[in-house]
Amino acid sequence: MLKLIGVRRGLPHEVGLGLLTLLLLALVTIAFPRFLVIDNLKSLVDDTALLIMLAVGEMFVLLTRGVDLSVAANAALTGMVVALFNAHYPGAGILPVLVIAIVMGAALGLFNGLLVWKVRIPSIVVTLGTLSVYRGCVYLVSGGAWVNSGQMSPFFLSFVRFPILGISVLSWIGLLVAVLAWLFLRYTVSGRNLYAAGNNPNAAGYAGIDVGRMQCLAFVLSGAIAGLAGYLWVARFAVAYTDVASGFELQVIAACVIGGVSITGGVGGVVGVVIGGLFLGIIKNALPVVGISPFFQMAVSGFVITVAVILNAGSYRKNHGRKILERAEASS
Amino acid sequence: MSTLSSSVPTRRTTSKPFTWRRLLRWETLLGLVVIADFLLNTKLSPYFLSPWTLSDASFNFTERAIMALPMALLIIAGEIDISVGSTMAMASVLMGLVAKAGFGTPMVCVTGIVVGVFAGGINGVLVTVFRVPSIVATIGTLSLFRGIAYAVIGDGVLKSYKPDFAYFGQGYVWGPVSFELVLFAALAIVFAIVLHTTVIGRRIFAIGANPVAARLSGIRVDAYKFWIFVLLGAVSGLASVLLTSRLGSTRPSIATGWELEVITMVILGGISIDGGQGSILGVVLSALLIGLVTFGLSLLNVPGIVLAIVTGGLLIGVVALSSIVGYSGRRRRH
Repeated sequence: MLKLIGVRRGLPHEVGLGLLTLLLLALVTIAFPRFLVIDNLKSLVDDTALLIMLAVGEMFVLLTRGVDLSVAANAALTGMVVALFNAHYPGAGILPVLVIAIVMGAALGLFNGLLVWKVRIPSIVVTLGTLSVYRGCVYLVSGGAWVNSGQMSPFFLSFVRFPILGISVLSWIGLLVAVLAWLFLRYTVSGRNLYAAGNNPNAAGYAGIDVGRMQCLAFVLSGAIAGLAGYLWVARFAVAYTDVASGFELQVIAACVIGGVSITGGVGGVVGVVIGGLFLGIIKNALPVVGISPFFQMAVSGFVITVAVILNAGSYRKNHGRKILERAEASS
Repeated sequence: MSTLSSSVPTRRTTSKPFTWRRLLRWETLLGLVVIADFLLNTKLSPYFLSPWTLSDASFNFTERAIMALPMALLIIAGEIDISVGSTMAMASVLMGLVAKAGFGTPMVCVTGIVVGVFAGGINGVLVTVFRVPSIVATIGTLSLFRGIAYAVIGDGVLKSYKPDFAYFGQGYVWGPVSFELVLFAALAIVFAIVLHTTVIGRRIFAIGANPVAARLSGIRVDAYKFWIFVLLGAVSGLASVLLTSRLGSTRPSIATGWELEVITMVILGGISIDGGQGSILGVVLSALLIGLVTFGLSLLNVPGIVLAIVTGGLLIGVVALSSIVGYSGRRRRH
């Protein structure tokens, strides 16, 4: 269907996906007008902002032909650390919390990146390992205990909820991350080099781009965003525990794939990822409104993801880049 | 044929009788780590070195190790499947329903395996017909299969299994030797023979090493990939029979996260994530290693989530070590 709407007429993937998302929104609203009330939309945007942020970070890594499975574990660990920091130093204010979240997330990302760049381990192996390690570290630093809203200071919790122009700070941060990522990819040399490194590593190497360094940069960016998202997640749900965002990395990758980011590297953009995230977010938030049992939600979103990747598969066939785990003729 | 088949893991070392490379061969390295950990466990706990303790130790990895065998084939062929844990959950739920409807144990087991075949078939079609990259396709089916399990029984539990069903997960063939362990050993031998001595095995390596060249030389690449997906599904169904039998009940959250543990086992076993390289011996050794390490630590009352750090650290540590000392078999792809 995406092909019918978008690709065949020479329109970018984003347009087709955007129309499909609007169609989805319209269908849900026609059937259940109460879906489109302001409160519901606010919570939809808040939920989706976290998914979109993480997906934008994941996109950097996917663009360089890597994959980061550790984003959710990174967010859980960073979220737990800032929650503990807040519980011990309640008077420190919001700035140290944000700095710790971003720096620590970036450091965890850097660890992934260095293993990929310097030790030359495939990214899927590295992040499969750090996924378990980071998640286990959440348990180590917290001792298995929960940090509840009672232990968090008011500014820690209210910062993400503070409304500016009717929209929460959380959503503004999500928007800011997306805009900065768009500007970075479009107007900076490093951003263009990320595409080059993923699209054709050999050619990029001849053009003087250090492909490994670009991969490392992508992991650091993904980690920093995941760290920030970790604080926002913990503050939004007002609780930190070991299983925060468990398994969320797969939804993040799904949002990227639906948004047209090629798993083979070098193809994709922020706009597509944002729409992909909104698409998944609308489905997730519409199901309870439509009255589908919570136990059916996973099956429905799984079905939608599967159908979406089949529809998107057309772009993989045309794309002559390398498939993950599969080598094309030219790239060895 | 036999010289060809045995030459693959040692291809770079056959010219010299002994080199450091040979000593650093993946399987040798793993074997040494297994022995070291075995001795360490013996030292740490006085109860470790009893046949029954060792038998207990085998239960915490055999189901995953059984799935690691066809997963190794799939990764060697250049694909991956991260939906196996969800396949197990879906198979277990349907087995529970069949048992609830009053069918006997044979029918329950057949159901589990048939569901697995069905799930593997879906993954195979997505990858070979619709051309979806396998990691993306199986992310979708991971949610789909697990979602079906939740949709069918919600937060309920199914446990109307007949008493004789318990044999598969709890029975012993001889003394402390469990049925699961015997099954794993038998399957490992079959997989090793097929992968390392038959035409089928050679073709799987060829497909993983260069799918385009394999197709041009007349190998039906898609057919092979499809049937390996189906095989992995069937074995996941079998693992689900074992796990359900061992637990005696079905919940939709059964085997959550196992896909990553199985893949960890395979990669730690020296199977190249880029395809085309590896051996069943390595997978068996890495399964033993993970089983021994986690069991040794749980004897010391280390909580399960900390074991995850050890498993993850082990994966990165061993792969990094081999990369740093220059194990030439691993090439950079990502």
